[in-house]
Amino acid sequence: MAAAQQVGAFVEFDRVQKSYDGETLVVKDLNLAMPKGEFLTMLGPSGSGKTTCLMMLAGFETATHGEIRLAGRPINQVPPHKRGIGMVFQNYALFPHMTVNENLAFPLEVRGIGKAEREAKIARALDMVKMGKFGNRRPAQLSGGQQQRVALARALVFDPELVLMDEPLGALDKQLREHMQFEIKHLHENLGITVVYVTHDQSEALTMSDRVAVFNDGVIQQLAPPDELYERPANSFVAQFIGENNKLPGVIEDVDGGRATVRLATGELIDATPVNVGGRGSRTLVSIRPERVEYLPERIPPGAHTIEAEVLEFIYMGESFRTRMRVAGSDDFIMKNRNAVGQRRLQPGERITIGWSPQDARALDPL
Amino acid sequence: MADLASDAPFATPARESLKTADGKPLKAALARAQARSRRRALFLVLPLLVFILVTFVFPIGQMLFRSVHNDAFSRNMPNLVAWFEATEPGTEPDEAAYAALAADLKLLRENRTAGEVGTRVNYELSGSRSLFTSTARRANALEPPFREAILAENEGWADPRLWQVMRDASSAYTANFYLAAVDLMHTETGEIARVPPDRQIYVNLFLRTFALSALITVLTLILGYPIAHLLATLPLRYSNILMILVLLPFWTSLLVRTTAWIVLLQQQGVINSTLVATGLIADDQRLAMIYNQTGTIIAMTHILLPFMVLPLYSVMRPIPPSYVRAARSLGASSWKAFRSVYFPMTVPGIAAGGLLVFILAVGYYITPALVGGASGQLISNLIAYHMTDSLNWSLAAALASILLAAVLLLYWLYDRLIGIDNLKLG
Repeated sequence: MAAAQQVGAFVEFDRVQKSYDGETLVVKDLNLAMPKGEFLTMLGPSGSGKTTCLMMLAGFETATHGEIRLAGRPINQVPPHKRGIGMVFQNYALFPHMTVNENLAFPLEVRGIGKAEREAKIARALDMVKMGKFGNRRPAQLSGGQQQRVALARALVFDPELVLMDEPLGALDKQLREHMQFEIKHLHENLGITVVYVTHDQSEALTMSDRVAVFNDGVIQQLAPPDELYERPANSFVAQFIGENNKLPGVIEDVDGGRATVRLATGELIDATPVNVGGRGSRTLVSIRPERVEYLPERIPPGAHTIEAEVLEFIYMGESFRTRMRVAGSDDFIMKNRNAVGQRRLQPGERITIGWSPQDARALDPL
Repeated sequence: MADLASDAPFATPARESLKTADGKPLKAALARAQARSRRRALFLVLPLLVFILVTFVFPIGQMLFRSVHNDAFSRNMPNLVAWFEATEPGTEPDEAAYAALAADLKLLRENRTAGEVGTRVNYELSGSRSLFTSTARRANALEPPFREAILAENEGWADPRLWQVMRDASSAYTANFYLAAVDLMHTETGEIARVPPDRQIYVNLFLRTFALSALITVLTLILGYPIAHLLATLPLRYSNILMILVLLPFWTSLLVRTTAWIVLLQQQGVINSTLVATGLIADDQRLAMIYNQTGTIIAMTHILLPFMVLPLYSVMRPIPPSYVRAARSLGASSWKAFRSVYFPMTVPGIAAGGLLVFILAVGYYITPALVGGASGQLISNLIAYHMTDSLNWSLAAALASILLAAVLLLYWLYDRLIGIDNLKLG
């Protein structure tokens, strides 16, 4: 309901629910409002409902309940071809029996745009994705990355205000994927279009998005800008799903405003920032990012909480070191240090003192 | 290009001098290394190879040979054959010719082969078989002058058409069966002309066979396309059950299926009775839906439907729904998306199914024989007739060869227009 009142929202999901079999809900009570020009990513594991949401927005699935609005207009009953939404598919879905030019001409032809204007638009769109020379090729004659660019050009050629992308970079290798992430980001900035992007790759979501909606089990777990998502996860699932994460199970001893005292399994007491925990005596999971853990005394921040650790494994990763340690009875506590001056190789069996700032330890709900 | 040119001097000698570690040419070593596995592979396919040779290549070769070769006359009439060889085509039969004929008739009587030769001539001139058998029976009584003697036995020997046919038959190799198969013949003067209109049956029958086959192909496409699409888009759980229904006809005897159609379609059958009972047609206006072309079309469309559905299904199944979705999101109505995106992607399946159904329909025999009546017969029914009833195997072979040639031509056209690589049969 809150979303319905939002002024200036371009895309709105208002209490949307979706069920395929009438028994289970794939999307449970989704409320989402996007301003014009935003790059929003729906992130989540497979089966979390993110693709279903995209398909409902595109018009290929009907919402079981609730309303979807585009520029203030309900579109539940509008067939997909009248929604004017550009879409990029995971397998590109370039028509194999048409050349690149014909693929791009398709959306213009069905809109009855004349030949001269059509050609100008196609040339502009292809230049935009640096594929100007490939107009007469067939999709099968292009590499994966080139097909991806053409698919992008085809989704943009008819100047849609909203573009949906369903894991468009999933089939590309790592380097190309990272390159394309920036190109898509730049296209978004230059054209001022609104983008809804679906992915299960968290680094992709963090790099490209204005805001990320983390999906799990048909519910948005957190909707926030990337930095907030990473640094202040709202619950254990988000902390777990975004980036690497150490988790120490424990019981709340005391909660006092912005500070909670947690007794760990081994009986040690640590300080943490409470996020969504119950009162005294309730179970919790303390989450600490590996790169926020330090062991060199001069690097441990003032006011930090310190604890004994035993080194189990040391992995050299080039720009960083990764140390697996036993901390408070947990065997997979990871510390990640930048390969900087003064760092050294830790030996397995070595006993060290590690520390972190209490703001970086977040007491979350137990999973 | 410049790079290639500069590379060439280095590349070429390297290719020529490729040797194994102990200095043998690489190609020979490779061939030796692979020879053993090749022999084993050949050994494995040998039974099939022999089987195909014995049951397929050899009989078809025989059939093709038979369509241009028939020595029933030339083998048994040596004297007349010699006379035909010595004279020009169109020569009036003189006394020498009749003498040769009399000598041969005696031979026929001795060897009891008058019927065989008479049958051969009878193929092209009906009624001449009895001429040979009756005259041969009294051949020993023939005295010179033979012309008068033979004509006294039977006036029919004076027929110039008979002499033309005998001249044609005097050579074991002949194109006459092919001429007959397309309603043509040699006239008395040796020219090629159409047979009299009342005996022109084969060309019309070929045309009818092709037209009916084309119609049946189109009908199976119209009926099969939506089924195949449904099968391809349903979840596997349901589509497997439906697929069993499509395949069910394969597990039932062809005769049973055809008989079922007789039960349904005949004048006193289920459909007619229902129509009469509901008052849609009067009792004396029962529809004739079987023992005619309609019967052939209905029954064959049903029987050949799976051959259309299966190739279509195998082409449609791997088409991801995202293509049509992409077209829809780009602004195409569902009809436009079907016409310009989905349909073109299923063309290989349509072509494969069409080719398969058409080729099967062109040679179909049992269904038209059972439910076709007079107007629903196809060329294969006539081939069967010549094989089993008229015993004119050469004509049957000629008709079958023309059919084979037509099918091969079709196949060639398909390859030229669509490409055999695109053929997907399942």
